[in-house]
Order: sequence, then C-alpha cells, then structure tokens
Amino acid sequence: MLIIRTAFKNIIGAGRATRLNIAVLSFVLVIMTAYNGMLDGWIAESRRDTIDWDAGWSQLWHPNYDKYDIFTLPDAHGKIPIQIDNALQAGMATPVLVIQASVYPQGRMLNIQLKGIDPEQQILKIPSLSLHSAGGETPVVIGKRMAATTNLKKGDRVMLRWRDRNGVFDAREVQVAAIFETTVGSADAGQMWIALDDLYAMTDMQGEATYIVMQRESPVSADTGGWHFKDNDFLQTDNRILEQSSRAESVIIFTILLTLALLAVYDTQTLSIFRRQKEIGTYVALGMTPRGVTTLFTIEGTTYSLFAAFFGAIWGAPLLYWFTKTGLPMPEAYGDIGMAVGDAMYPVYKLTTVATTLLVVIFFSALVSYLPARKIAQQNMVLALKGKIN
Amino acid sequence: MGLVLGGLLLPLTAQDGNQILRKIDRNMSADSRIIESTMIVHGKRNDRTITSKSHTMGTGKAFTEYLSPARERGTKMLKLEKEMWVYSPATDRTIMISGHMLRQSVMGSDLSYEDMMDDRRYEDIYDARVTGSEQVDGRTCHLLSLTAKVDDAAYPSQKMWVDSERLIPLRAELYAKSGQMLKQITAGDVKQVEGRWFPMHMTYKDVLKEGKGTEWIINTISFNQSIPANVFSKASLRK
Repeated sequence: MLIIRTAFKNIIGAGRATRLNIAVLSFVLVIMTAYNGMLDGWIAESRRDTIDWDAGWSQLWHPNYDKYDIFTLPDAHGKIPIQIDNALQAGMATPVLVIQASVYPQGRMLNIQLKGIDPEQQILKIPSLSLHSAGGETPVVIGKRMAATTNLKKGDRVMLRWRDRNGVFDAREVQVAAIFETTVGSADAGQMWIALDDLYAMTDMQGEATYIVMQRESPVSADTGGWHFKDNDFLQTDNRILEQSSRAESVIIFTILLTLALLAVYDTQTLSIFRRQKEIGTYVALGMTPRGVTTLFTIEGTTYSLFAAFFGAIWGAPLLYWFTKTGLPMPEAYGDIGMAVGDAMYPVYKLTTVATTLLVVIFFSALVSYLPARKIAQQNMVLALKGKIN
Repeated sequence: MGLVLGGLLLPLTAQDGNQILRKIDRNMSADSRIIESTMIVHGKRNDRTITSKSHTMGTGKAFTEYLSPARERGTKMLKLEKEMWVYSPATDRTIMISGHMLRQSVMGSDLSYEDMMDDRRYEDIYDARVTGSEQVDGRTCHLLSLTAKVDDAAYPSQKMWVDSERLIPLRAELYAKSGQMLKQITAGDVKQVEGRWFPMHMTYKDVLKEGKGTEWIINTISFNQSIPANVFSKASLRK
C-alpha cells in the first residue's frame, strides 16, 4: 500500500512528463475504442443487412448452384424439393430462381442476373409486393446501384432479353416498379428482381428454383431432397473474410499507436531512473528491498495507463457518444465495390473490445515500465546512494 | 374454291421454301473452309478493325487466329462441338468460354460467342415458307419466313430475303419468341468462289443496341481444303 501511495505521489510530482504520458496513452485508448467500435458497428450492420436483404438466415441450394461460380448458373435450377413444402407454406422459406439476361438501357447492353421471387414473401426486404402485375406491364424492382448503372428511374421501361429453358431467345419491355436502397451490393448490383410466376412463364421453368431462402425459424437444417443446406455461418463468409482483414488492419494500427505511446512511457522511465539514483539508494537505505524499488517504478509506469483510462473516459466518452449519433459518413464507392456499407458507419462499443484494449494498454505500460526498472535490483545500492547506477 | 386453292398452294410454298434453304446451305456450308477476313466494329466514338484467319471443319470444329491489331494479334479461338476456348498471348492463358461469358461480345462486336457457336445448317433448324418476292439492292429476292422446327433454336423465327438467282441470303431479320426483332444481318458483294456464290461482305446489327453494327469482310475464302486434324486441338492454341 505504501508503494502504491509513494508511486502515486511520485507521478503527480513528475508534472509535465506525467501529463504527456497520460495524454498520449489516453489518445491511443480513445482512438482505438473509436476505431474498434466502428469496426464492430460495421460488422454488425453488414451481417444484419446480409440476412435481411440477400441471404436470409440459411439457404438450400440446387445441387449445381455455386454462388461463387457464375458458370454454374445455366444448369442451376430444378424442381423445389417437396420436403420443404411446409416451410414454404408457413412463410418460413421462399424460392428464388436466377437466370442470366441482358437489358438494353439507352441502347447499351448490360448482362444481368434476373431473379424471380414470390411477391408475397416477407423474408427478404426486397420490395417484392411491387412485383404484382398491373395493366399488362411486367414489373421489375432494382436497387439503387443498378438504377445508377442503367440510368433507370421508377416507371421507366427497358428492353429485357433472356433465353428460355431450351436456349431460345425472348425479349420484352419491363417496367421499373420500385427502386430500393440497400447496403448489400450482392442483392443489387447487376440484378433485376421479377415476380417468380412471371419468370416461370418467361422461361418455362414452372415450379423450379435456384436456391431457397429460409428464416431462422425454418425447420430445415440439413441437405434436403438432394439440395445443399447452407447455414448462416457459410452465408456470412464474405463478411467474415472482410472482418478478419479489417481486424488485422486494426491490430496493425493499434500496434503502431501503442508503440509510439509506450516509447514515451519507456523514455520517461529510463530518464526517471537515471535522475533518481540517489532517491533509489535512499529507498534501499531506508529498508526498501531492490525488488520493492523495481515494483515502485513499475507501478509508477503502469499508473500512467490507469490515469490515461480515467482521463480518456472524461474527454473521450462524450466524443464517442456523439460519434454514435452522427456516425462516420461513407463514400458511395464503398457500396459500389460490394461492401455492405450504409451512408454512414455507426460505431458499436462492445464491453469486451473496450476491456481488451484497456488491458493491453495496461499490460504493455507495465512491461515497458518494468524493463528499465528491473536493473535497479541488480545494482550495488551503495553506489546507487552515491548516484552511480550504471 | 379459294380455300382449297390456298390449301394446295401452302404446302407448295413450304416445300419451295425448304428447297431454297437446302440450296442456301449448299452454297454457304462446306466440309471445310479457310477464311481470311476483316471485322470492322463500329463503336460510339471510333471504329476498330480486326483481321483474322479461320479454319472450319463442318459445323462442329473451328479455329480462328487474330492477326491484327497488335493488341489482338496471336489471340486464338477454338470451337469443338459445344465447347469453346480462347487463348490470350498477353496472359499466356487459355480460358474456356462458357456460361455468361458466351453472351459477351466477340472483340466488342455485335456478335456474341454463342452466335459464333451456333452454326448449324438452316435446314436442320428451320422450316421455311416463301411469303413473297421483294427487291434488295436491285436483286429480286424470295422472301422467306423461317420457323424453328427444333426446340433449341436461338431465334425461333427469321425473315430472310434470298437472292432468287444466286440463292444467297441478302438480308435476314432474327426474332425473339415474343416477335421482337433482335438482330439484322445484311449481305453484299456476292462473288462466285470455286463454283458457288458467296457474300464477301456482311453486316451484323444487334437492333436493341445503338450503333452501326459490325461489318465482316471476307478477304480470301477457299472451300473443301484439307486441314490437318491437329489444327483443331487445344495444343494449337499455344503454338
């Protein structure tokens, strides 16, 4: 207790060096909390939006379908397995049929994926209710990215060309019934959504699907009728890979910032031991063991990080709270490259992430405080009393 | 009386149409062909000219090597029945063209890879009916209405203007199942080559797209030459 009280008095007495160390360490703590919060917020949002807009909770894939291999698409359709009839009727699953097609906006040709979906489905947030035909038109819905690429607006008509199940060309004008906004590029870019029954009539693929999207409550949890079950973990693969890569970036940034801050602590400690040789000798002369002196200096260094946490909370908490309200505006280009990013990124501060950051800062502060202090225990204390520590 | 006469005439015109198709196939197809050609792709801002040399054997095998421009020189395409590969010297890689890539245009032209793949004989795919007679470029043409007789014809119907004397299509319109016109092909500069008439200049136009289409000019053509079998092998792509 005496050591802790002495350490506390010493660092208060150190004045400018203490303020500098605390400022630098608190800066690192707040910045890393903000950065990790941003990362956690983005990951949580992209996972949620992927479920809501694109993947559902789980899926059943036609045996020939591979989302990551577009070459599989022409053969990736078949009759929906009867084993999931109950889930379909209960609204816990909805089929999606995907074919390749081309659209001709303003005389340009664009290859797209045409996705047929039940207008009444409520699993994905695609505004499928707009796909109910009216007045002889064939309605389609597209995302904001696709609308930007094709320069189409709600109500516009565009020529669509596709091939039926035998490879026969067909073409007709379709009308954009709605334009939705989603952070999930894989539900938007290069895609058009159309009523499943319309697509059946257009392709002669009645009762077929490419994959089935299912809710969390769906009883299907394994391969069914020869179709492959894909769980949420698999469907979040893209997000997980992005998360891993972003976590690695976070560790690199944290390491750089922390190293710079700890250099200041290390420097202060080294200088302090050099300047306070007589004080160290006096401690020993008064009965403190060399190990006790090492502990005192280590506690002094570690206390910087505790003060940094305290002051960081004072100036950082309002800032971080304000950040949760305003978010960090994101350029549209991020969404265009397929990342599930909204207009702004809102941080989520997880207790585990904040606690881990704090513990890492405290641990390394203690370590860099101990490293220069440990040689005190190896010194001749008589020489130390004379101010001659090497 | 009119109905009876019409009923008698209709099979006759259909028969005539199919005979004309057979003659067109005889003119246009051969056991083998070697063609040196120039393709002019009319773009929005500028035109691109690409020359190539092709060897074809029947309807199943084709090998094309691009000779110019420098950017495309050495690019080779091999078609074996339903499969197609493209070799790019820039990357020294051979890729198989399948799936959505078949719908991509060849060298930015109005022709897709799948257009190039489907070169079955007309008479194998369509039933033709003579529906009239019209003038095209000063030549008297039979106007044929072609209807697919197989399920997998890319274009279920076509309108074709066939030179009544030389039995060469001078114009064709290709339609989708809905009746929407998709492509237009015009042919000209018909010359007699090795005893058969052949159009040396063709223009392909995707009518849904803006632009002037793609011209295909045959510089030299020879029929029924013997082509070594190893030309139609994947090994020849890297030679």
